[in-house]
Amino acid sequence: MARSISRRRQVVVTLLAWAIGLAIFFPILWTILTSFKTEAEAIASPPSLFMFDWTLENYGEVQERSNYFRHFSNSVIISLGSTLLGLLIAIPAAWSMAFVPAKRTKDILMWMLSTKMLPPVGVLIPIYLLFRDTGLLDTRTGLVIVLTLVNLPIIIWMLFTYFREIPGEILEASRMDGAQLWDEIIYVLTPMAIPGIASTLLLNVILAWNEAFWTLNLTAAKAAPLTAFIASYSSPEGLFYAKLSAASTMAIAPILILGWFSQKQLVRGLTFGAVK
Amino acid sequence: MATTHSRVAARFMLSPAVLLLLAWMIVPLSMTIYFSFLRYNLLNPAIDAWAGWSNYEYFLTDPAFFAALTNTLLLVGGVLLITIIGGTLLALLLDQPIWGQGIVRILVLAPFFVMPTVSALVWKNMFMNPVNGLFAHAAKAFGLQPFDFLAHAPLFSIILIVAWQWLPFAALILLTALQSMDQEQMDASEMDGAGPFSRFFYLVLPHLSRAITVVVLIQTIFLLSIFAEILVTTNGGPGYASTNITYLVYAQSLLQFDVGGGSAGGIIAVILANIVAIFLMRMIGKNLEA
Repeated sequence: MARSISRRRQVVVTLLAWAIGLAIFFPILWTILTSFKTEAEAIASPPSLFMFDWTLENYGEVQERSNYFRHFSNSVIISLGSTLLGLLIAIPAAWSMAFVPAKRTKDILMWMLSTKMLPPVGVLIPIYLLFRDTGLLDTRTGLVIVLTLVNLPIIIWMLFTYFREIPGEILEASRMDGAQLWDEIIYVLTPMAIPGIASTLLLNVILAWNEAFWTLNLTAAKAAPLTAFIASYSSPEGLFYAKLSAASTMAIAPILILGWFSQKQLVRGLTFGAVK
Repeated sequence: MATTHSRVAARFMLSPAVLLLLAWMIVPLSMTIYFSFLRYNLLNPAIDAWAGWSNYEYFLTDPAFFAALTNTLLLVGGVLLITIIGGTLLALLLDQPIWGQGIVRILVLAPFFVMPTVSALVWKNMFMNPVNGLFAHAAKAFGLQPFDFLAHAPLFSIILIVAWQWLPFAALILLTALQSMDQEQMDASEMDGAGPFSRFFYLVLPHLSRAITVVVLIQTIFLLSIFAEILVTTNGGPGYASTNITYLVYAQSLLQFDVGGGSAGGIIAVILANIVAIFLMRMIGKNLEA
């Protein structure tokens, strides 16, 4: 008796959850489907969900007209570059705070976090002017620098929360065995830290890929990553739905896939360890 | 016990990060503060006279500022309302035994990974467009007049778009918090005859309160700086109907090239964000001690 009720309940809950899940996902699904339509079919009324002549021509045309691949590689270089540079700076910092805590470690961590709270418009003008005067406007180097600094606090914090969970006794033991600092890092710490570093890398590539304040304000045609490239569709090309959809699908596909791997780390990374 | 040797090494390893962040925070911010007291326009760079408080006076008394402040509060408040209530309900639903739970979770989470310019343009053109948008098709199918969302309800439309992006975040974090609930306590209360509503209000909600606070604070930090969604949908218009503080400062700085006025606006944005930040830092700081 109780069993059949819970069975029925599971059916109802499952149907409801799937309906809501699909509704939330629908705009993305619709974009992907529209990218395979012709422009005429994309605005046809009534629109058809699956019954249309599937075509790949939009993808070719987006590449041909606007050199899509260059913006794509800008995105890759900027997001990977800023993340790797950030890790290079953050790993030693997080390591030292997690394993050799000093009296002020907590204050330093909180202060680092506070820099993330600085709204970007507060420093828009100086950065813009500094970039203009140093020739960094519309360069990938410039964006790598800014995004590294913008995401550095998150990288340090995430690494710190992971490193803190590595038992310190292991380090003590290896130290007893006479291991030097660098041996300690390479042979003992690194293998244990790799999962945390990988998660941090993943989440920060996602954040940098989707960053849309600095990328929009500091780039023009040359160094524009996908965020800025798609923004150029706001008018009037945006009325070409099929091409907009093709460009959008290519822009979000890699991150959707990466994102699905990073669900767990997302919670941890974006709440700075406050929710686990 | 850490040796002196490792302590020196630790300080050495920490310093690049500290120095870089210190420079990132102090150099541009003090430049903004300095500019905010200048009469300085990029179109006429010869004039850079001391302006005293007049930039602030100008920015704060500009009717656009009041509109932008109201819009910022409505935008942040509206998105928070939708994402917290929707996120809690969604988390409760996803916490149930569901067939294919992993896939549903992926579907729900997906919007969070869509870059802001894509989600704004997809919603603007393919859904909210009064001629060819899906909502217009639906309205016509029911014999109704299509509604021009971004022209007649620009702020509301942007709230919907942004809420769609942030709902997954709230749901995921609240779901994570739900899953750490003490199941025995729930079972015990059920045996004692507590109904689902009283269980929700007396057990679940108090348990979630910390996660909800974290979601509110983190989202507020990001929502105060919403920019791309406004830029590609309405450009802040019509008039100032969908201009928030961030967009207003951007327009003042990079569209009107008014460095002084834009800087004053930037400093005001920093002050507003700091008010929220103080609360968030306190929450996270407490967690650090635990």
